[in-house]
Amino acid sequence: MADGSIGLWTVPLAVLGGAIRVSTPFLFVSLGECITERSGRINLGLEGTLVMGAMSAYGISYLTGSPWLGVLAAGITGALLGALHAGICSLPRVNDVAVGIALMLFGTGLAFYLGKPLIEPTAPRLPAIDFGWWSDISQVRAALRVNVLFLIGVALAPILYWAFRTTRWGLLIRTAGESSDAARAMGHSVLLIRLRATMVGGFLAGIGGSFLSLFYPGSWNEGLSSGQGITAVALVIFARWDPLLCLWASLAFGGAAALGPALQSVGVTSGYHLFNAAPYILTLAIMIITCSPKRTLTGAPAELSITR
Amino acid sequence: MDFGRISRRHVLQGGAALTLGAAAGARPALAADTTIGFIYVGSRDDYGYNQAHAQGAAALKKIPGLKVVEEEKVPETDAVEKTIESMINLDGASLLFPTSFGYYNPHMIKMANKFPKLRFEHCGGLWSDKDPKNAGSYFGYIDEAQYISGIIAGYTSKTGKLGFVAAKPIPQVLRNINAFALGAKLANPKATTQVIFTGDWSMPVKEAEATNSLIDQGVDVLTCHVDGPKTMVENAARRGAMVCGYHVNQSPLAPKAYLTGAEWNWEALYPKFVKMIAAGETIPNFYRGGLKEEIVKTSPYGEAVSAEARKHADEVKAKFLSAEGYAIFKGGLVDNKGKTVIPAGTDRGQKDPELEKMDYLVEGVIGATS
Repeated sequence: MADGSIGLWTVPLAVLGGAIRVSTPFLFVSLGECITERSGRINLGLEGTLVMGAMSAYGISYLTGSPWLGVLAAGITGALLGALHAGICSLPRVNDVAVGIALMLFGTGLAFYLGKPLIEPTAPRLPAIDFGWWSDISQVRAALRVNVLFLIGVALAPILYWAFRTTRWGLLIRTAGESSDAARAMGHSVLLIRLRATMVGGFLAGIGGSFLSLFYPGSWNEGLSSGQGITAVALVIFARWDPLLCLWASLAFGGAAALGPALQSVGVTSGYHLFNAAPYILTLAIMIITCSPKRTLTGAPAELSITR
Repeated sequence: MDFGRISRRHVLQGGAALTLGAAAGARPALAADTTIGFIYVGSRDDYGYNQAHAQGAAALKKIPGLKVVEEEKVPETDAVEKTIESMINLDGASLLFPTSFGYYNPHMIKMANKFPKLRFEHCGGLWSDKDPKNAGSYFGYIDEAQYISGIIAGYTSKTGKLGFVAAKPIPQVLRNINAFALGAKLANPKATTQVIFTGDWSMPVKEAEATNSLIDQGVDVLTCHVDGPKTMVENAARRGAMVCGYHVNQSPLAPKAYLTGAEWNWEALYPKFVKMIAAGETIPNFYRGGLKEEIVKTSPYGEAVSAEARKHADEVKAKFLSAEGYAIFKGGLVDNKGKTVIPAGTDRGQKDPELEKMDYLVEGVIGATS
């Protein structure tokens, strides 16, 4: 159109763009949590890890001028927080859910404290790859500006799916998650497996955080996560601990987050609170559809404290 | 030493305290070593609402003899009462600025009743006759500055479509949206302002999505009313759109895209308050003002602002500063549903309490309040 507007097409385009832009943190956190939970432990602290990752990525990117070092720093911070969670949980009679909540508060609090001087400066951001070069429509081009982290996340989902099924490590993680006795009988340390799984989970969640601060929305501030980490943990449950379903669920959540603003922009202005709540309504709907008394929590690792 | 205690000491020790003060010598007459407490709901370097207040606090720190204590991220709950009490009891604060809207009732009211000799100044304009006399509520007509932003935006926009990322449809926000839209129509009668409500004061992902959706609709100049405009400003600039700022000057974030902005001018108001107290005057409990009273200001124009736009905006600004003032909301105003909201012939001046109840969006705004 002459005035550069694309009318109602904005909505599907925004949902697509939102699926790409908003989903990445969900994807990384849920894949990370998928690994951790498959090993038989639940780490609710990933909200804190996400925020710490966002803060440390922004800080390192600002100090060194290299956003990729920032991503690495976020991953390492996440892994350390994961190690802390696993370390505390390996003590006898420690509840992993309670530790997770404590670490969530610890992570966000620490990030806000250390991130105080980072709110004002502008750090170098991650580059985007332009997949919309074929289109003349600037809106399409904008929606298809994709970050490498998103692509890594998308590739990671099938790789994890494959790894869980066919590799030795996948088998070990699943064994630890399904029956710690069996893993012990095979001569493996369950605690060590869970430590590694939680660290990898934290590493991925940290990287998810770096996407928030270094790409989209693309700056460090304290409202940055607004609960995305905890949403992603919940997402693993309704994705039935399946990495591929985690990918689809993350994309759906990203798209749903874009729905509210997009509908308002084309003039569907009534009930925007309802559309803003779309991701949560979606969660409820999927929960209701997929839960039946016969099939409740299929795919849940047997050692998980919420199913045990 | 606080204001309250000064008077008590006068009674108890006669002139002793005064002599002591004089012996200390070089101290300025102003307010002795008064401690002033500032309480922010968010982080004080958020490029937004809280930073504006922190800039005001920083202006007070420069005045010799004043001590400023600050606390950030205090929620709008009982927590603010605890903060106020500790500032009074531990730091000896005698003048308090709980700056967030939700601190007022019941928290600040309760504290003002508990410490009747201390002074409480709240930002938000909620004071009524029933409230304690040592409490005050001040606010600025920042819609005047938004009106100027609207004029600049109307001239700069090539598509005639402007965007407004707003938090919630409360009167103060609606008034800003309407002022911006009316200013834009002054420059370009066909200009429309599309508004997207994110639902809360700080929702960075929603704000970024709203910004992108607006630009997808052909909007090429954006402004906002959220707590931290940083997200909107950076994301709009990345997409090549122009922006008008809010709360403070965000031009360092996007030097090329920044046109102008509606800013608070607390660094002018707070020293004024302190001087009034030092001089023994009472601050009006209900303190209001706009550009003329130096409570709000506009950011310096960016390089993309045309000479024509500057001229028109400066003319209107001069009217705001003039003795007779200027009414943004003139008689015969129609809302975007076609209903006349201000009857013809009755201009609503800035101080008109009717404007505080605003629940409509004017003609030319695309959006709905619910």
